[in-house]
Amino acid sequence: MRVVLSRHWPLLATAAVFLVLYSGAAATLAGFFSWFQFTRLFADSATLGLAAVGMTFVILSGGIDLSVGAVIACSSMLLALLAGESGWPLWLAAPTVLAAGGAFGAGMGGLIHAFRLPPFLVTLAGMFLARGTALLLSPDKRIELGSHEAIRSLSMLHAADFTLPALALLGAVALAAAVLRWTRFGRTVYAIGSDESAARLMGLSVGATRLGVYAISGLCAAAGGIIHVIGTQAGDASVAFLLELDAIAAVVIGGTVLAGGRGSVVGTLLGVLILAIITTIPGYLSDLNSWWTRLIIGALLLLFVALQRLSQRWHEQ
Amino acid sequence: MRDVARNLLWPFAAVAILMAFNALRDPAFLHLRLVDGRLTGAMIDVLNQGAPVMLLALGMSLVIGTGGIDLSVGAIMAVAGAAAAAMLHSGASSASAVGAALAVGAAAGLWNGSLVALLGIPPIVATLIFMVAGRGVAQLITDGEIITIAPDAAILAIGRGSLFGVPLPVLTALSAAGALAALARLTSLGLFIEGVGGNEEASRYAGLSVRSIRIAAYSIMGLLAALAGLIDAADIAAADANNCGLYLELDAILAVVIGGTALTGGRFSIAGSLLGAVLIQTLSTTILRADFGGRSVPVELNLIIKAAVVLALCLVQSGEWRRLCRPIRSAAA
Repeated sequence: MRVVLSRHWPLLATAAVFLVLYSGAAATLAGFFSWFQFTRLFADSATLGLAAVGMTFVILSGGIDLSVGAVIACSSMLLALLAGESGWPLWLAAPTVLAAGGAFGAGMGGLIHAFRLPPFLVTLAGMFLARGTALLLSPDKRIELGSHEAIRSLSMLHAADFTLPALALLGAVALAAAVLRWTRFGRTVYAIGSDESAARLMGLSVGATRLGVYAISGLCAAAGGIIHVIGTQAGDASVAFLLELDAIAAVVIGGTVLAGGRGSVVGTLLGVLILAIITTIPGYLSDLNSWWTRLIIGALLLLFVALQRLSQRWHEQ
Repeated sequence: MRDVARNLLWPFAAVAILMAFNALRDPAFLHLRLVDGRLTGAMIDVLNQGAPVMLLALGMSLVIGTGGIDLSVGAIMAVAGAAAAAMLHSGASSASAVGAALAVGAAAGLWNGSLVALLGIPPIVATLIFMVAGRGVAQLITDGEIITIAPDAAILAIGRGSLFGVPLPVLTALSAAGALAALARLTSLGLFIEGVGGNEEASRYAGLSVRSIRIAAYSIMGLLAALAGLIDAADIAAADANNCGLYLELDAILAVVIGGTALTGGRFSIAGSLLGAVLIQTLSTTILRADFGGRSVPVELNLIIKAAVVLALCLVQSGEWRRLCRPIRSAAA
């Protein structure tokens, strides 16, 4: 019991906050406590959630990725362009977009590793590049896909009220958790984040892993862009503006330490759901202004960062 | 000294090349005229529009000098602008509105600095908190609406007025740079900041109060961000909590990096950051004015060029790149 507590208490704290928020909302908001609304939480936060899953890999390895929001926008435009105007079949267009996102991330990871550049600046440049490309892809900054049969039928798909976006998020979380726990790659991610030079001395392939981490983040963001197109039937160059901040917040609230090396993707899912509840509540309360959500997210972020510091000091003693 | 000159050479050359490009395309770019006792011309516009980023870059060089970073400056601008507009709206004088905005900015900087210095939270996260929550605070102050400032309010002079023919935002940025340079280089504050950023432990053993130096850097940053917010609000005669200062934290960091200040801290150049901010604005103006073959260039190209500039600068500053280039250089010699 003590081992479970001392090792997993950040995750437990996140779970506690989620439960308190969820049951609080369920007790006070009429109509919130329903299976349908529960599945909606997943569907509404699918794009953010996918980006946050990728961000978890990056942060666990001790890095940061500021480009994910722009990559989501760029991917949504690219998919709409390929599947809509160019008439590619979806089975070809979607993997192309995923590959482009992964390659973009791998490129940034390669630069970061090969030239020892700060991830903050390289992914900032990636953000400018992807956002600029997204805006240049169409003069209207938006591509409507109203009559696309395949995408429309995908948007109707669901299982037990979970829509395709929600299922994609759940699948990504399960896959990421398995990769982080049971593969050599996953363990290396934690090793690099804890102590890079130790990982190098142990003979772990630091460069390939760093490349992989940013490639996964780009891939996840591209998947988020595809999900956005399925949800809205359109590509949008200005969507997911500064979404990377929410993704980082979700990862931190989910108990992952920003310095890297400790955390979990299940925590990230809980963090995403916490943000989803906070942003859903103003829809139920007409007298609560939506900007309160920014304040509450900021306060939660502060709370969890302070908790991390406390636990770090406790470990050091 | 030679180091400083070499660091300033590249951004200075870049500004000069962009200026020359503009002048070749359109000789009117270089014209300066006095209209109603006020200097006008494209180059004055560059400085005038670049003033907020100049102010942010000045403060950011101190923060980065301590080895930190401040992501919240755009949000501080929004809060300060909102505070000033709300004060005016409730009948306060322009002077007290300015005072309130500056106080709010300094308080936000103090908050950031305390999180970093007292709680030991990494600067990216500590300032991310205010970046996320700050716009919420600004919207709370403005009640979610855009508060307009009356057209006869004295405060508008901060964004639109001029003194001796020079626009006030330019004068504000330049005098802030002068004051900061004096504060940093005539007193030991600059040395202390570089000490904290270069080697925190050594600074502590040397008897420096690392905590108060950090807090001072973030507070000065907050004050300058509030000033930038005032200029922005006075320029458009309104406080827009959503859009004031949006993305400017990135421009400010970029300006500091262009100016030769490494993100690792321990060194900073005020003149370099100022020049970096001018370069960014010159770049934007050049893209706005340029057209190729009768077709105007999409504004979005600005973002892509900025990305290229960031990457090129990162590469030039990295040791690995220099090692790669060494054989080429020695072959040429």
